[in-house]
Amino acid sequence: MSGLATALVETGETTTAEAVLFWILGPIMVLAALGLLFVKKAVHAALAVIVVMISLAFLYVAQDAVFLGVVQVVVYTGAVMMLFLFVLMLVGVDSSDSLVETIRGQRWIGLLAGIGLGAVLVGVVGRATYGKPYGLSGEAVDNNPTGVAHIIFGQYVFAFEVVGALLVTAALGALVLTHRQRLTPRVGQKERADARVATGGRLTPLPAPGVYARHNAMDVPALGPDGQPIEDSVPRVLRVRGQEADAEEFAARTERMLAGASQVRGNVPPPAAPERASLNAPDLGAAVSDTGQNGPSTGRSADSPSALGQEDGK
Amino acid sequence: MRILTEAVAPVTADFSEDTWWIWLIKAVAIVVFLLTSVLIAIWFERKVVARMQVRPGPNVHGPFGLLQSLADAMKLLVKEDMTVKAADKLVYIVAPMIAVFCSLLTFAVIPFGPNVSMFGVNTPLQLTDFPVAVLYILACAAVGVYGIVLGGWSSGSTYPLLGAVRSTAQVISYELAMGLSLVSVFILAGSMSTSQIVTSQTAVWWFLPLLPAFVIYIISMVGETNRLPFDLPEAEGELVSGYMTEYSSMKFAWFFLAEYINMLNVSAVATTLFLGGWRAPWPISTINDGMFNEGWWPVLWFLAKLWFFMFVFVWIRGSVLRFRYDQFMKIGWKLLIPAALVWVVAVGVVQGVRQFSGLELRSVLFVLAGIVVVGLVISFLIPEKKQPPAPKRPPGPQVYDPYAGGYPVPPLPGQVLPPSPRKQRAEAAAAAAADQSTTPQVTQEVHGG
Repeated sequence: MSGLATALVETGETTTAEAVLFWILGPIMVLAALGLLFVKKAVHAALAVIVVMISLAFLYVAQDAVFLGVVQVVVYTGAVMMLFLFVLMLVGVDSSDSLVETIRGQRWIGLLAGIGLGAVLVGVVGRATYGKPYGLSGEAVDNNPTGVAHIIFGQYVFAFEVVGALLVTAALGALVLTHRQRLTPRVGQKERADARVATGGRLTPLPAPGVYARHNAMDVPALGPDGQPIEDSVPRVLRVRGQEADAEEFAARTERMLAGASQVRGNVPPPAAPERASLNAPDLGAAVSDTGQNGPSTGRSADSPSALGQEDGK
Repeated sequence: MRILTEAVAPVTADFSEDTWWIWLIKAVAIVVFLLTSVLIAIWFERKVVARMQVRPGPNVHGPFGLLQSLADAMKLLVKEDMTVKAADKLVYIVAPMIAVFCSLLTFAVIPFGPNVSMFGVNTPLQLTDFPVAVLYILACAAVGVYGIVLGGWSSGSTYPLLGAVRSTAQVISYELAMGLSLVSVFILAGSMSTSQIVTSQTAVWWFLPLLPAFVIYIISMVGETNRLPFDLPEAEGELVSGYMTEYSSMKFAWFFLAEYINMLNVSAVATTLFLGGWRAPWPISTINDGMFNEGWWPVLWFLAKLWFFMFVFVWIRGSVLRFRYDQFMKIGWKLLIPAALVWVVAVGVVQGVRQFSGLELRSVLFVLAGIVVVGLVISFLIPEKKQPPAPKRPPGPQVYDPYAGGYPVPPLPGQVLPPSPRKQRAEAAAAAAADQSTTPQVTQEVHGG
């Protein structure tokens, strides 16, 4: 493609290939540029700009400016427009421009100025005389990036450095303007964890609702290891609407089951191993009450078969 | 493209004999190579990860389960193709296409080998090359990200949007580190054309002298392709599937395809820029006057290196956990980019001294080594800061309060838990039941030392 301009040096005429490329890309670019003006969504406008930029890159490459063409895509399409899209997305997916006139008569002034600019442009372009086109030749064609480097770092090195300093200053300025002094100590992962423990609330994720042996409905609260229903496990929406199942009903059944189990185990020990039976019962009681929400150091661990029995009686 | 490569002299590969049907063969071969490689890569990844997790992996369809990914692809093809109602139709359909098409472009400038005879035409095993080929690869990658970003945006749903935003930030920050790490290769090779860079590695592959740049490239290439441990745009624990949550059937498959082709792309770039491209590894390259660096043999070395990087991808995936987003950004901006900048400046200074002062590289390195040695010697002369004496640990196991910090902590070496009240009570109860009058014995377990 880039040899098109080289051919220009020899013949003084652009080739058919270049003309074809131009007449394909030209309408696309014009359409995309018009799209930038007339589409409603901001992201679509950004897309139109991207199409124009990539088409421009094609034209640059076709005119032997390979380096410029590729850098156009890397810098403008890859970085600048990407940042634009980033901001557009953060601003809002569906936000459209407000059409309220903030300055009176702004629209008419804008229209007039636009027509004026158009008239000037048409006038200038219409009256311009085009010289004989000539393409690139020699070193500039042979090694495009080297040629560009020689010009930037030789001829225009001072301007280049000034622009660089300006950009660094702008970046630093943005940093300074957006910097905020931290007034309170930073709350990190550790601090949050400590605070959560200090409140004494639930540390683990909530269990899913439903008692899986008999129910798996959303409105049935899960049972904790102590057999008590965990109200929080039912979705908040259901609780707010009052559509939660009666927790007491399920809890009571469990209590009855437990009471029955401890009755069998504690009070009617098998005659063969009396010691083991009496050891087992307090273990069960301790395990049942200790693994509850309050951690192991609660005062309820003194459970014996009789204590469990009392609780059941409530 | 033909005239382009003719016009630029500093490209080593010689495309002068190429005809249109040669380009067609090469282009079709590249596409076929990429598509089949993706099928193999999916199988390869599942198999290797399975080995690392001590399970067999896919082993039902075909020999060694090789046809598994083919079956998966067929399944994706015939699934229902849904377009969500809230989607921005046009962008929603175009986004996966952008992702795939851009990922297919990179291999056009990757050299598979030197000049060979193809149907009587002497042509390099590379579709094209030009003086800014590596920049062109970066440009393709940059445009490819639009697929992800637009896909996430156009789905009109929260998780995809979050994935898209993450992906934007991620790619912008990791592309910087990636580009900077490549700059040192450009400086040493004196070119940005891929064939020229491969030629410049005849004596030594660049990953040795440019080890820091190589490491930075490896890290940022994982970030660039959204692979574990950097797969935050599609972190399924946080964002369902990120940007492709709302995609199904073939549109989803295109994103999937693009991801794997991108893995192949960055692996190929790493091979070409740091591991000598198609050049044979050292002991083999000396056999019979470099016989293995000519003809079709180099394709083998190229593929071996490419798949080595693919293995590294899977290896990392199998062994490293996903980063948290802030940690990930911190690594990118506070570690990789400064390190890459310092390295580029260092390489630039060394190269500048070599070129403009006429000094030999060896003497420059000797001077640098001398400076380091002198610095080391001086650092020995600085008196050491006196350490405050470590607090003496009293002998014997220490009883400690496990609830001192608010929640229970296990004992450190040399510490013991206080006797458990529950255990005491249990034993007391047991003793009472057995009608014994002795006091319960509490044994203290000593942990560690």
